[in-house]
Amino acid sequence: MLAIVDYKAGNLTSVRNAFAALGVETAVTRDPAVLAAADRVVFPGVGAAGSAMANLRALGLEDAVRTAAGSGRPFLGICLGMQILFSHSEEDGGVDTLGILGGQVRRFPDVPGFKVPAIGWNSVDGPCAGREFYFVHSYYAELVPETVGRTEYAGTTFTAMVKKGRLWACQFHPEKSGRVGLELLKEWLAC
Amino acid sequence: MLTKRVIPCLDVRAGRVTKGVKFENNVDLGDPVDMAVAYSDGGADELVFYDITASAEGRPIDIGMVEAVAKAVRIPFAVGGGISCISDMERVILAGAEKISVNSLAVKNPQIIADGAKAFGRQCIVLGMDPVKSDNPNCPSGYEITTRGFREFTGMDAVEWAKRAADLGAGEIVVNSVDADGTRAGFELDITGRIARAVNVPVVASGGAGKPEHLVTVFEKAQADAAIVAGMVHTGAYTIAQIKDVMHAAGVPTRMTW
Repeated sequence: MLAIVDYKAGNLTSVRNAFAALGVETAVTRDPAVLAAADRVVFPGVGAAGSAMANLRALGLEDAVRTAAGSGRPFLGICLGMQILFSHSEEDGGVDTLGILGGQVRRFPDVPGFKVPAIGWNSVDGPCAGREFYFVHSYYAELVPETVGRTEYAGTTFTAMVKKGRLWACQFHPEKSGRVGLELLKEWLAC
Repeated sequence: MLTKRVIPCLDVRAGRVTKGVKFENNVDLGDPVDMAVAYSDGGADELVFYDITASAEGRPIDIGMVEAVAKAVRIPFAVGGGISCISDMERVILAGAEKISVNSLAVKNPQIIADGAKAFGRQCIVLGMDPVKSDNPNCPSGYEITTRGFREFTGMDAVEWAKRAADLGAGEIVVNSVDADGTRAGFELDITGRIARAVNVPVVASGGAGKPEHLVTVFEKAQADAAIVAGMVHTGAYTIAQIKDVMHAAGVPTRMTW
């Protein structure tokens, strides 16, 4: 069973719809026992790192998510769900996050001509080379050893995608990235 | 490189996509879900739906249509019209839309921008504005905000309103020129560029697109981050791919594979 973590961090409908388009049933859950039993876990997220961490704790989900991400079972973090796998975020005045990956999350610098949030389709190098995905974000994760796809914006090269065994995570939204996004989800479903 | 977005706009009236000039002479163009799929398959980077009769008729947005579009396409889309409160926004987001566009509502109640950004994140809240050339002394930019489908003048300066909306938490601003709307004679570069330079959030040019070169011009001369197209694609005069070929050839960063 594929579980989508519901921790009040944005809209899960698009994620459910994308997996449904691939013929995969999903269970949206706030139950740590369901996460512990799931074959695959999707950890989405839109919004701010501070409130996301507060929600995870208030719902008693922090340990369950940490365990699922470190379990070796397939795990997919999306957008904010990728950022809070890192150790710290500058957002909300600075917040310690899950620390499954070692790096930092920072705000884009103010560069004339580069709007924040960065909204739109951007290319990713590495195994995703030649493919463009849909991004929406004001903060970025720095490059870490697990980075497998990099993207550039506002003079900054940042992590678009990480892989650590069967833990995959992406800054972009595969569920909103058309055919190439569905292809990536299919690759993850096969991992 | 972040690409410039091409966004077909679908005005929905009684469950059908329509197109008129300056809100008049509307003609039926087709089913919103069918058209969304066709544009998505054809290379559109995003879609926007305006439930154009919702506000005037005082009825809520067609949630069933939003759900059907969200199931059918895998690209982002925004929905506007008929939003009157935070719970309306929540219903639209839960139905699967990425963004909510507020226009007249935000003029009447600017706090809705801040409340929406706090509840859903600023990337969800799009301010739509309908500026018109004006000699109103309260509007030093020379452009005044209109509301309710260009029917009411507000006395608000367009550039000041854009800056205030961005400060309140709008994640994106759609500048829909009343003067250019429906003319297919090109975007209004002056006000679009002034707003794009005045705010640090993405600006979407709207109104006046008639040929692919118009998009190239608004991206190059007015620093728009995205552009809305309607009549020029709805009538079949151009495809999204034809528009993007011209953009790409002109050196505009463009998503060319989909």
